[in-house]
Formats: sequence, structure tokens, C-alpha cells
Amino acid sequence: MQYLFTHLDALWTLTVIHLRLSLVPILLGLIIAVPLGALVQRTTALRRITTLTASIIFTIPSLALFVVLPLIIPTRILDEANVIVALTLYTVALLVRAVPEALDAVSPAVLDAATAVGYKPLVRMLKVELPLAIPVLIASLRVVAVTNISMVSVGSVIGIGGLGTWFTEGYQANKSDQIVAGIIAIFVLAVVIDTLIMLAGKALTPWTRAGRPNRVKAVTG
Amino acid sequence: MSPMTFLQEALAYIFTAANWGGPAGLTARILEHLQYTFVAVVFSAIVAIPLGMLIGHTGKGTFLVVTGVNALRALPTLGVLLLGVLLWGLGLIPPTVALMLLGIPPLLAGTYSGIANVDPLVVDAARSMGMTEKRILLRVETPNALPLILSGLRTATLQIVATATVAAYASLGGLGRYLIDGIKVREFYLALVGALLVTALALILDGLLAFSVWVSVPGSGRLRRMPQPFISDEVALESRSPAKPSTAVRAQRASITVDE
Repeated sequence: MQYLFTHLDALWTLTVIHLRLSLVPILLGLIIAVPLGALVQRTTALRRITTLTASIIFTIPSLALFVVLPLIIPTRILDEANVIVALTLYTVALLVRAVPEALDAVSPAVLDAATAVGYKPLVRMLKVELPLAIPVLIASLRVVAVTNISMVSVGSVIGIGGLGTWFTEGYQANKSDQIVAGIIAIFVLAVVIDTLIMLAGKALTPWTRAGRPNRVKAVTG
Repeated sequence: MSPMTFLQEALAYIFTAANWGGPAGLTARILEHLQYTFVAVVFSAIVAIPLGMLIGHTGKGTFLVVTGVNALRALPTLGVLLLGVLLWGLGLIPPTVALMLLGIPPLLAGTYSGIANVDPLVVDAARSMGMTEKRILLRVETPNALPLILSGLRTATLQIVATATVAAYASLGGLGRYLIDGIKVREFYLALVGALLVTALALILDGLLAFSVWVSVPGSGRLRRMPQPFISDEVALESRSPAKPSTAVRAQRASITVDE
């Protein structure tokens, strides 16, 4: 514990690196996976190919992907871009399976109602289907965020930066308090990010929070 | 050197028979890797499956599952492993504990949600037929929850086999030796050997477990076609024994009507 408070500067610097490496892939992944998932949802063949590719990518161990990726794209193993591309791949692999499932769960009656009041397919997707899919998306995002944070910390064994460097440094210098500080820092980081994503999800879906009382009010008023 | 030369060197290394033998050969490293994985998966199953079954059946402690699963997921495996080595010394205990903590969340979540989501009508039907709680859990809920329990096992195995690579950082064996040492001594093709073999191992294990999930889907009858003498014997015994008294009762009734 002591170590944390005597090394606040390093803690801040490493936390920023750690967050950059684990959260930028989430944003990139969302930008790629949401349109892709929505596109393949209704085409059975495309959807099957996407799901299969995604599950194979998801099966590749992260340390292995960090090492193999430079064969395919012009990065070096320890470049930040290399780590970000690898983690973006995982994020896309997970979300591209979750998005169509989330869209499947939207009730056909709601879709028909939206079509009946005159929504064109694209607008219906943006204004009706995707917002209703948010709860499932948020659940996947939380898993991705916590997984990415832990993958970055494991990456320190091959020299990737972030809070995981406290593990490797502490181990080599035989300082268990530095390792404990690293565990606490990463644990807190993961819990905070997880909570923030959950709260963002609640803020984006006000109807799940206050559906019932509002309806009662609307009826009586 | 172009990236493809590294790949060629790595493949040449893998396809050279001499590299497979000996105490530090590929065979030994793969077996070590499988050993760490297997031991950790078994221990996490011993902890997570009974706990998940109990909480799923009684509905008590659901909060514990949700909080516990989230908290364990946030715990960094590498930190636990290296702290373990500093505290308990080198050996099998630190990687087993660290990897076990990684495997518990998916197994616990899978078992719990599998048991808790069994159709309550089915459970009530079993209860009203006079099955004891233990029998309901083992004979009704567990078979119905099997696909979800095995999916949890699949996720746990996948994460453990991928992360067992870090054991090499704590001076242990496994395929991480190639990956981590290769980077340390700047022999990129060696790191690639480790990366390719870990990936192959993960894909094979995942394929096997995906198949077992598919086989276990209840009502599909896929499990029954497998040779399983113990279970099928018991099923045959159970289906026969209630049939006998009912014929006896019918015969009795028949004799009563005749008497009247």
C-alpha cells in the first residue's frame, strides 16, 4: 500500500498508458463492429462467416497475437499501434457476435410499429433498433473493457508498458510491495471503468430505469 | 529481414524432428503447458461448479456470485502469479493459484446461470413427483444446465491455456519459454514458434470443448448415443422400477372390480 502513495507520479503516468492501450481499442472496435454487426444481421451466410472468423480470432491468445501481428501489418511488437490493433481485433471479434444477437432480441412488434409510423430502414436501425440493443451491447463492452485491461497487464512480460510493468519490475527487484501496488491499481482501474460503462449504459437507456412509474403517471395524468 | 523470413524460420524450427525431443524440446514444453492448464482447470472446477450449483439451486448468495465474478475478473493474473512466487517460492503452486483464479469466474457464472435458468415448471414437476432436493439438483437441473456449465468450462480452459504462457516468466516451463525467451534474447522466430504453438493448442482445445457443448444439449439425444454404461444402466433401472408397481396396482384394481 505504502508504495502506491510514494509513487503517485509513476502511478499517474502508467495509468494513462494503460488506459490508452486498453480503451482506444474499445472505441475503434465499436466504430467497426456496430455497423458490421448490423449489416450482417439479416444475411445468414455472411453472419455465419463473420461469427466463425470472430470466434477463431477470439481464440488466439493475446501474447501470441502481439507476436504474430507484425508479420501481417508493418508494426513492431512493442509499438503502441501493434497492441492497439491486436486489442481492437479482440473487441471487434466479441462485439460483432453480440451486436446481431442484441438486434435479434428487439421485438418484431416494435419494428412493425416503427415501419408503420414511417421509419425508413436506415433511420429505423439508428433510432429504434440500435438504442434498444444498448443493454446487451453494454454487457459485452464491460467484459471487453475488463479483459483488455488485464491483457495489457499480461503484456508486460514481453515489455508492453502500463501498470503491468510494476509486476515485472517488482518481481525482478524482489519487491512484493510494488507487485501488491500494481495489483491494487489494476483492480481499482478495472472496477472503475466497469462501473463507468455500466452507468453510461443506464444514462443512455432511461426507459429501462423509470419505465413503470412514468407510465402510471401518464395514465393518471 | 522481412517478416516472412521469420515465419519460414519458425516453421522450419517446428518441422525439425530434433527440436521435439529432450527435456527442453517442443514435446516436453507442450506437455508442461497442458499440465499447468489441466491442473488449473480441474482446481477451478472443484471450487466453482459445486458453489455455482448450490447457489443456483437455493437462490441464496446470488449477490455473492455477481460481485465475486466481477471482482475476480478484475484481478490481474500476472500480479498474483509473481506475488505468489515471491511469497511461496518457485514451483507449481503460484501458477496453479493464479490460473485457478482466472478460471473460476467463467465456470461459476456458467454453472450458476445454467442451474438458475432451468424452467421452474420442470423443477416443480420433479419436486411434486417426490424427488428429494439433492436428486432434483443432480438429476433434473444439472443435465439441463450442462451446455451452460460446459460453455463456462470452455471459456475457462481457453483463458487458462492462453495465460499459462506467463508461467515461463516465473522460471517455469510451458510454451511461454519460447515466446518470452525469444523476445528476451531477440530471436524473433523463437517467439513466433511459441506463439504459433500456443494458438494451435488453444484452437484444438476450444474445438474439443465446443464439440462437448454441442453433444450435451439436453433432449438432443446426442449424449445417449455415447457409450455410458453407468448412466444408461441407472436410467433403465429407474424407468423399469416404477413400471412394476403400477402393473401390480392395475392387477389389484382389476381383481377388486371382479370381486365386486
